[in-house]
Amino acid sequence: MLEDLFKIVKTRSAQEPKVPGSKVNIPSNLLFKCPRCGKVMFAEDFEAAKKVCVGCSYHARLTASERLEITADKNSFEEYDADLQSVNPLGFAQYDAKLEELRKSTGLNDAVVTGECTIRGSRCAIGVMDSRFMMASMGSVVGEKIARLFERAAEKKLPVVIFTASGGARMQEGIISLMQMAKTSAAVARHSAKGLLYITVLTDPTTGGVTASFASLGDIIIAEPKVVVGFAGRRVIEGTIRQHLPDDFQSAEFLLEHGFADMVVGRDKMRRTLSHLIRLHTKEGA
Amino acid sequence: MMNQKTPWERMEIIRRKERPTINDYIPLLFDEYFEMHGDRLFGDDCAITGGIASFKGRPVTVIAQVKGRNINENKACNFAMPHPEGYRKALRLARQAEKFHRPVLCFIDTPGAFCGVAAEERGQGEAIARNLFEFVGIKTPIISVVLGEGGSGGALALGVCDELAMLENALYSVISPRGCASILWKDASREKEAAEMLKITAEDLVGFGVVEAVIPEANGDAATGPEETAEQISQYLYKTIEKLSKIDIDLLLDSRYNKFRKIGVYSEG
Repeated sequence: MLEDLFKIVKTRSAQEPKVPGSKVNIPSNLLFKCPRCGKVMFAEDFEAAKKVCVGCSYHARLTASERLEITADKNSFEEYDADLQSVNPLGFAQYDAKLEELRKSTGLNDAVVTGECTIRGSRCAIGVMDSRFMMASMGSVVGEKIARLFERAAEKKLPVVIFTASGGARMQEGIISLMQMAKTSAAVARHSAKGLLYITVLTDPTTGGVTASFASLGDIIIAEPKVVVGFAGRRVIEGTIRQHLPDDFQSAEFLLEHGFADMVVGRDKMRRTLSHLIRLHTKEGA
Repeated sequence: MMNQKTPWERMEIIRRKERPTINDYIPLLFDEYFEMHGDRLFGDDCAITGGIASFKGRPVTVIAQVKGRNINENKACNFAMPHPEGYRKALRLARQAEKFHRPVLCFIDTPGAFCGVAAEERGQGEAIARNLFEFVGIKTPIISVVLGEGGSGGALALGVCDELAMLENALYSVISPRGCASILWKDASREKEAAEMLKITAEDLVGFGVVEAVIPEANGDAATGPEETAEQISQYLYKTIEKLSKIDIDLLLDSRYNKFRKIGVYSEG
């Protein structure tokens, strides 16, 4: 409609939730403002709710250790390949410094933590991506750790659960990062050919090269409520079509509606859902 | 002869409207070409052409991204930017090739998979992922050739193969130099600089172990001699099909898996 051209549409800041307190001088750890509905909560209440917005049930981003904490049985997690570190194969400007800074600030070596754990007694191989580390982009280390996770799970006949989150391929590693999409998908295929289960849990945000590889290949695809999942960035599409997209575009619910997710599951039910699904794929069954 | 051109000079060459496209090469490479349409799920995507061809007396399956030479041709083929149905058509034809034991020849020439509302609604990410997952196990030889632009995941979806070749001026990149410059410096006009940094030429990719062969172009620019360039492509394909067809299929699939499995640079411990 013509009048839409003159309408000011509020841009949703879904891709980059604002850091609370960035403009007003409130200690950043006191309040949480939901990037979806704008509701402001005390950080304490938000933490107690497992970082789920009480206003709209947006499932906010978790660190890998927070995710493992609420997913794996206590003390059951054993990490794989913790020592793998990115190098700078292209000699890309500022990449080394960026990696060094993130290793310090996050305590992680790269954007995915992999290993083995039990979930309510069911053993599985597990991968958790952490968006604090360069938007969990996939370079050599993420690709290698995911590939090894599937290979080891295939050897040990374990199901794989991956909590995905990513901005896509890691540009700083050029073509090598693009090839990680093929490498991880190939590893998923080999695991799958052994008749083993792979469950993807799409978390905020899962986009680009990770959506176009292992995130979309689960036998079962679960999404957390209100998270952003897509291939192309929202702003790229808006730039192409020159109009704002509806708020629920590329949301978990959008995925469900269009047939690209099996279910949307809240954090409070995730452990039960995963453990039941895993059990339904074992010989003992339900 | 070594190609001395800078990445940016190559970019200008492959974007020129005189650059030969797959529509020029098909009649030069094949005696017959029967185009097949549709993914059997949603529709037909004209950004990807596919079908059965006769190559020096041998049946092959051709899957290729289609660029236009003018605005009307480009409108028809969406500037070689496929939608999910294009990738799904490619997979359908690769499966068909597997059934009839024909080699698959993929020709890559795309700025990238299309970024749009309909593409998202129909699962662009899933369509690309599915091809990566399936092509690695297709039980027939697969050869991919980058003719011009190899734009990210949209190119890779036709790039899971036993051997990857590039024309000497072709480029293959995870992101367009323009996109890279605008992310890195918030300044898309610094794309030339980004093109250097990204290491996207055929020689760079041979160095990373991503590309197996570089195919020379007529006089260093395919536009000056499409026939001669087609002849170079033809010789490469003939030689490679002969070689791959002799390999036991399980060995071939293992080596296809390992070709991608070993790519990655990291330190450990």
